[in-house]
Amino acid sequence: MSDEPRKGGYIPQAWLVILLALFYGAALAGTQTALGPRIEENKKNETYAVIPQLVEGASQEQTKAVVVTGQNGNEQPVYQARAADGTLQGWVLPAQGQGFADRIDLLIGVTPDVSTIVGLYVLDQKETPGLGALITGTKFQNQFRGISTDQPVVVVTSEPQAGQIRALTGATISSDSVADIVNQTIANLKEPIRKLER
Amino acid sequence: MSASEPTALERFLNGILPENPIYRQLLGMCPTLAVTGAMKPAMTMVAATAFVLIAANVIISLIRGLLKPHLRILVFTLTIATFVTIADRFLAAYVYEMSKQLGSYIPLIIVNCIIISRCEICASKQSVGVALADAVGMSLGFGLALGSIATVREILGAGQWFGVTVLPPDVWPSWGIMALPPGAFLTLGLLLALVNWIGQRRAESLALREKQSKG
Repeated sequence: MSDEPRKGGYIPQAWLVILLALFYGAALAGTQTALGPRIEENKKNETYAVIPQLVEGASQEQTKAVVVTGQNGNEQPVYQARAADGTLQGWVLPAQGQGFADRIDLLIGVTPDVSTIVGLYVLDQKETPGLGALITGTKFQNQFRGISTDQPVVVVTSEPQAGQIRALTGATISSDSVADIVNQTIANLKEPIRKLER
Repeated sequence: MSASEPTALERFLNGILPENPIYRQLLGMCPTLAVTGAMKPAMTMVAATAFVLIAANVIISLIRGLLKPHLRILVFTLTIATFVTIADRFLAAYVYEMSKQLGSYIPLIIVNCIIISRCEICASKQSVGVALADAVGMSLGFGLALGSIATVREILGAGQWFGVTVLPPDVWPSWGIMALPPGAFLTLGLLLALVNWIGQRRAESLALREKQSKG
């Protein structure tokens, strides 16, 4: 690029790019409007399908979504996981947050009194294949089982103690992101859920 | 454009074998190695890439007279990224399982060199018809390459093809390594050698025949 401004200023140079950006933006907005509900529906179906894995003894048919107002003031759905006879087995909390590459969508299973994590599942992620993407593996997810919610989950790169999980790799962005999302969600929803009617 | 540019038919045929994006140009190695463990993900990748390649080639060709040389790569990338996002949303809506399995490899089509190279070499210089033929030819070439690698890997690695058992477990002790990353490199290397060997033999026999017909 030369130091002098190009002839005619920016608009004659860039009008095509600006126009295309507007046009493509509209096309993407249209796509999202048309397909968004269907994608959400797919995610919801998947959520219902994995709830029995997250909360032991839960029945897919007895599970229902209830709206809870978090401590940050926002309403959000959580799932009541009930056994076939209707007894409450636990809760499944949908959660999301920023990962290394894109948003990470999680499901967190907790006991009825929200004192212990019983399961974790990654609904959606776009982390680095072979490294961060291993957060979808059961080996990583199973580490969250049995961790108490009294203290935030801590990510370590050495042998984990109680309440800690071992990061997937030495570079811990994806592992940290998952732990942060879990901690924030539990901090936000623990008390409101305890106050909900059983 | 100048008379020396290839015609639509030449562009179409070139894409399939003579200028095959994988076996001849060695472009787009990331999806070639990453999603060829089985036919289903490989063919989903081919379909998504073909959609983006065709759409990008046609649009770039339509606006080729308006492109400013120093802003052309920006326009290419913008166009490709838009269609990749559309393809990604479409897969998530209609083939959710496959979209989850392919994960970030679908957004990574944005950086697939096959597409930007076709925009630069063909679409930004030639008419819509030629650009379309070029994109279809290249897509077929890409499909042929990914299909051949995935066929070898899925059959040897899992005894299946498109998820259907072709080599029962009691006949074939599935080579697990073929489904894993080393299998991708081994298969690509061997098929690359095979395609080049065949190409060389054909060139030699052609040269020989020409010599004889002259003599």
